[in-house]
Parts: sequence; structure tokens; C-alpha cells
Amino acid sequence: DGFGLGRDATPDEVAAWDIDVRPDGQGLPEGRGTVAEGEEIFTAQCAVCHGDFGEGVGRWPNIAGGQGSLADEDPVKTVGSYWPYLSTVWDYVHRAMPFGNAQSLTDDEVYALTAYILYLNDVVLEEDFELSHENFTEIRLENEDGFYMDDRDTLEVPQLTGEPCMEACKPSVEITMRARVLDVTPDTADDDAAAAPAAETAAAEPAPEAPAEESVAALDPELVAAGERAFRQCSACHQIGEGATNRVGPHLNDLFGRTAGEIDGFNYSRPFQEAGEAGLVWNDETIAAFLADPRNYVKGTRMSFRGLKSEDDAAAILAYLKSFDE
Amino acid sequence: AGDPAITQVQPWAQMLGEGVDARPYGTPSPFEAHVVRRNVPWLTADPVSSVSFTPLHELDGIITPNGLCFERHHAGIAEVDPGEYRLMINGLVDRPLVFTLQDLLRFPRENRVYFLECAANSGMEWRGSQLNGCQFTHGMIHNVMYTGIPLRLLLEEAGVKTSAAWIMPEGADAAAMTRSIPLEKAMDDCLVAFRMNGEALRPEQGYPVRLVVPGWEGNMWVKWLRRIEVGDQPWHHREETSAYTDLMPDGRARRFTWVMDAKSVITSPSPQAPITHGPGHTVITGVAWSGRGAILRVDVTLDGGITWHQARMSGPSFDKSMHRFYYEFDWDGRPLLLQSRAMDSTGYVQPTKEKLRELRGLSSIYHNNGIQTWAVNEQGVAENVEIS
Repeated sequence: DGFGLGRDATPDEVAAWDIDVRPDGQGLPEGRGTVAEGEEIFTAQCAVCHGDFGEGVGRWPNIAGGQGSLADEDPVKTVGSYWPYLSTVWDYVHRAMPFGNAQSLTDDEVYALTAYILYLNDVVLEEDFELSHENFTEIRLENEDGFYMDDRDTLEVPQLTGEPCMEACKPSVEITMRARVLDVTPDTADDDAAAAPAAETAAAEPAPEAPAEESVAALDPELVAAGERAFRQCSACHQIGEGATNRVGPHLNDLFGRTAGEIDGFNYSRPFQEAGEAGLVWNDETIAAFLADPRNYVKGTRMSFRGLKSEDDAAAILAYLKSFDE
Repeated sequence: AGDPAITQVQPWAQMLGEGVDARPYGTPSPFEAHVVRRNVPWLTADPVSSVSFTPLHELDGIITPNGLCFERHHAGIAEVDPGEYRLMINGLVDRPLVFTLQDLLRFPRENRVYFLECAANSGMEWRGSQLNGCQFTHGMIHNVMYTGIPLRLLLEEAGVKTSAAWIMPEGADAAAMTRSIPLEKAMDDCLVAFRMNGEALRPEQGYPVRLVVPGWEGNMWVKWLRRIEVGDQPWHHREETSAYTDLMPDGRARRFTWVMDAKSVITSPSPQAPITHGPGHTVITGVAWSGRGAILRVDVTLDGGITWHQARMSGPSFDKSMHRFYYEFDWDGRPLLLQSRAMDSTGYVQPTKEKLRELRGLSSIYHNNGIQTWAVNEQGVAENVEIS
């Protein structure tokens, strides 16, 4: 019976896609990693968003602390305070992290990162603690019993069912709060208005002395501002501007004229180093070509970016990058 | 004398317009360029993992146009090549199977209209009125007609083992989104969909294939669906532990809060759609929906809930779909406190925000279906307010 459609999945195919892990340990591969190993990976690949101590940068998630805060007015929900199962950490880091370079970590690296996240949350206390498939299910998180099945049907629905009042339902009405007081609604009349301050900043920023011939003098503030918006898709991995450091990707200050793979202390992929040795220097043409199709332009690059489709975006990003060129 | 719009010959009445070859895929009039999805930049760290909002205040009827359906991505829009598309079913099945898109198109199809609402819709309003516009307070919803295969048929094709109790859909994007769904729901009304409003799914809605989980929170409607695993217990993955769980005042949290409660909102007038015509005959309109069934009735109040009037429903009424309501009245130009209140086919009545806070406190983020208030002043300007 059935329709006779589809074909059998091969064991290799199932193994390639069936990566999920459950609280009982089903799906965990063999492997191991220590807190200290995890710290090194975390600093290089995760701290740019999650902070050196898992505290979260800007609006990126904090993943440590908050224990005992769940009933507070401002609860802090982290792996340590809120998540019920450690398997969720392993599964999520492995399937979706680092942001912008998913499924790039080895199983051992995921064990090490998971161990380090336990350490950040004081679940384990020693830097030489090693997490592995053998001791994984022995680790329990504090809030495992803090969850219960949806009880709206029994608790709420009976109170909210029945014929509602239609006449003289209350004696009087007062306004108690106005959204306008907070004034956090995006400007809907003109979406570009929000970007105006950024344009002013960028326009004010280029260094007055010795502009490189092809760049700063000709920069269009509107294009730079558009570039700043378009650069958001890069900013998860690349920093630019004052204080920018290498993160998942190298910093992008003074990019023009830089040889591919030349930043000290950044761990480039081998194809990238080879491209630099072969003479790849970043300029308008090479950057635009790389951004249009990174994986074909430098085959084997670790940069997991799909490529810019719009030439307008490419021009804007080039202008934005140039605004950080000395 | 007379209106120049009538007495003068307009350019479009004199000159020839573009031919049939000018717009092979039609787009809205340039005069409608303001009718777009919008996002709230301060809400999230990065637009790649964020949400945009449906411009409800500009729409009518019950169907959301494909290009205006709100978006929620966790790792941006996956651009999946349909030729490389595969759907795998594995786990507790007799035969793990792989389907191509062509295989899926050979199963019997169904057409059904459903709303998809993010569990976090109105979530910014738990602690009080924040955002001035129903696009932002209620725009994490859309309502389209899906064409798809009953998920039951695909599971039966693989042969579900008797020990199975849950399924886990998984996305092909860089977030590899996963959720646990009880097998009972999967065998009941879920669809594996490949069309919306008659055409292929948009990339931002999961092209080429997404899961449809009627009446349940949008996060479960996995886009770019690549795999369905069958299991005997839930997976407790990130989107059903860290997120999409509802923290209660005692510090404990509800989990698996799947159903979307009955809800409604007046879309016009509203802060982005003020009354501009002055006193006189005025149309109030809005939408209502329920994850438990159809909407049988919507009431509207002009005075902040002292007196209610039954609104007029218009348009098809489907289970777990949006419904459109109207209330026409003669505005005397005095300030209004507008609210709508939905009642669904189970008799559930949309609660006030005050009642919801009494039941759930302020930290639950998700499932805020409280009654929305717009204050309209003498000029017809509307504002998001809370009232006693």
C-alpha cells in the first residue's frame, strides 16, 4: 500500500542529516573536550557576540549567570539559570553556531564549548574538567524541573469562556499609559530618516589628511550610510572602526591595499593564505568580485557568506569600507 | 468651475500606458509604495535573525498578499535550489525515505487557508503600550491559502512504528530549525506545503517547502523543510526550552504552549491609519482569529469597554483562519477609545490585558492575546494606549 513514491534513504544520508541530540543522550557522537580547550574556541569564535564571559554583547544573547532570578521583575534567562537540559546546548551549538558559520565545529570542539559554557555557569568548577559522551548525561542543569506542560486549557480557558458583558460593563474609563511617551516606534513615514544620524557620523569621520587617491575624497555620505546598513550582514563576523579586532573574521580597517591573508594573529584558511602569496591584493575590483561570490573567488575560504546579489549593495559596502581607510 | 480631477484631461486619459510586456511579474502601483513590511531595528541584534511586520493597517479582506507576509528568520533567508531539494523522513519508521520536489508533487494535494502567528506577536506590549501601530503590535501574522500534502500521507508512506509519539521537523537553513510536535497533531491537520496563494512559496516563507501547523505558534511551521524525524519523546531543543516557553511569576515556566488563543485587533483606524475625513459616517475594520477554531463574533467598543456593539463579519469563515469584521457608525468628532473583542467557536472570549497579567504576570513574552486599545482624538489621530 501507499503511493510507492520516494526512495529509501541510505545509512550515509541519514547519518549526514540526523544530527539531533536528546536529553537522554540519543544522538550524541563519541568525543571529548575540556573547559580550557573550550575557552580558546569561545574567545576566538563566540565572544564577539556572547561576550568573553557569556554576558552577551549588545542585544546578542547572554548565556551565563542569572541563577535565582527567574521570579524577579527582570529575569535573566541563560543556560545556567533557565535551560533545562545540557543536550540542548550541544545540539544547538553543533547545528547552528557559530552564527554565520554553522556546522563548522568538530564534535570534540562542541564538547569543549559545552564544557566551557558549564564552567561559565559554575556548573563545573575546574578548567581541566573534560566533557565527553561518557559523562555527558550525568550533568544536570539547575532548572530541569522548572517547566510544566501548558495548563491554559484547565487554568485559563474556563475563566475566559462564556457570554461577555455588552452594556454598562464598567462605571468609567481612564487612560493609564500612552505609547507616545516611550517613543520607540520606528519612523514609518520615511524609513531612511533613522539612518540620517549615521550618515552624518560617517561624513564627519574620514581623516582630513592624506586621503588615498581613489577613496575618501569622493565618498558619498548617503552611499556610506547605505553601506553601513548593508554591512549588517557582515557584522556578525567582521568588526570595523575604532577598536575593531579579529573575531570570526579578520577586522576590516585599512582593507584597501591589504594582501589577502596578511593580518597577523588571524587564523586564515590555507586557500586564503595561498591567494595572498599568489598576489591577491584587496581593491575595488577584487573586493567586489569576492563579495559577489566568495566561495568561487577563493575556493575553500572559510567565509560562509552566500554572496552579494545586488551591485548597489556592493558599491555601498565598498564606500563604507573605504570610510575606514586611513 | 469644478474639480480639476474631472474637468481637466489627466495624462493617463490621454497618453498610452505600458504594454502587456512591461510587467511580466506585476507589482503594486507606485502610489502604494508605503505598503511594505517594516522591522523594529532596536528589537534584535541583527536583521539576519529578526522579524519584519505585516502592514495590517493597509490591508483588507482576509488574505495577506505574499510579498507582505511578515518574516521571521533565525539565520537569514535560505535560497534553496529546487533541483537540489530533498525531504527525508527517518527515525521510528519502517522505511526511511527521501523525496524530491517532483515526488512530493505526485501526492494528493489539499488547499486550506490558515493564519500563521508568531507566539511573540504583541510580546513587546506585556508591560504596557510601546509601539504606535498595529503593524508593530500585531503584525507578526499572515493569512494565506496553502496548497500542500497532508503530512499524514507522507508519514504513512514511510510507515510509522507503534512506539512513535512525536515528530521533529527540521529546516535546511543555517539555523537548522527544529521543533517537537506530537504525532497526533502531525496525523491530524498538518500540511507539507509548497504553494501560497496559488504560487510557489516565497523564499522568505520557506521555498520550496514548508510545514503548516494550523492554529499553533508560527515557530513550529518549519521553513525550508528538509527532514522529519519520528521519535518516542520530545527533543527539548532550543526553540522549545530557551525560547517559546512562557515564564510565570513564580519563576517556573509553561512549555509546549502550542495553541494560539483567540485574538483580534482594529486595523483602521489605528495609529498608522488615522481618521482623516472628520466627523460623519466612519468605517471601523479589523481582523480576528483563533487557533481553536473559527471566529463567530467580534464586538467593538467606542468608549473603552463600557458599551459593546456586535461587529459585522464579512468574508469566508474558515477554521484557524483570519476573519474580517466591520463596524460602521456616525462619528460625532469626540475622542474615542476603540477596542475589539473576539469570540471563537469554542465560546472562548478574548481577555483584557489586565486579566492576562493577572493570570501570567509580566515575563511570559509569548501568547499575548489581550484586547488592544486605540485612543482617537478630535483630529482623528490614533494612539496605542492602556486604559483602566
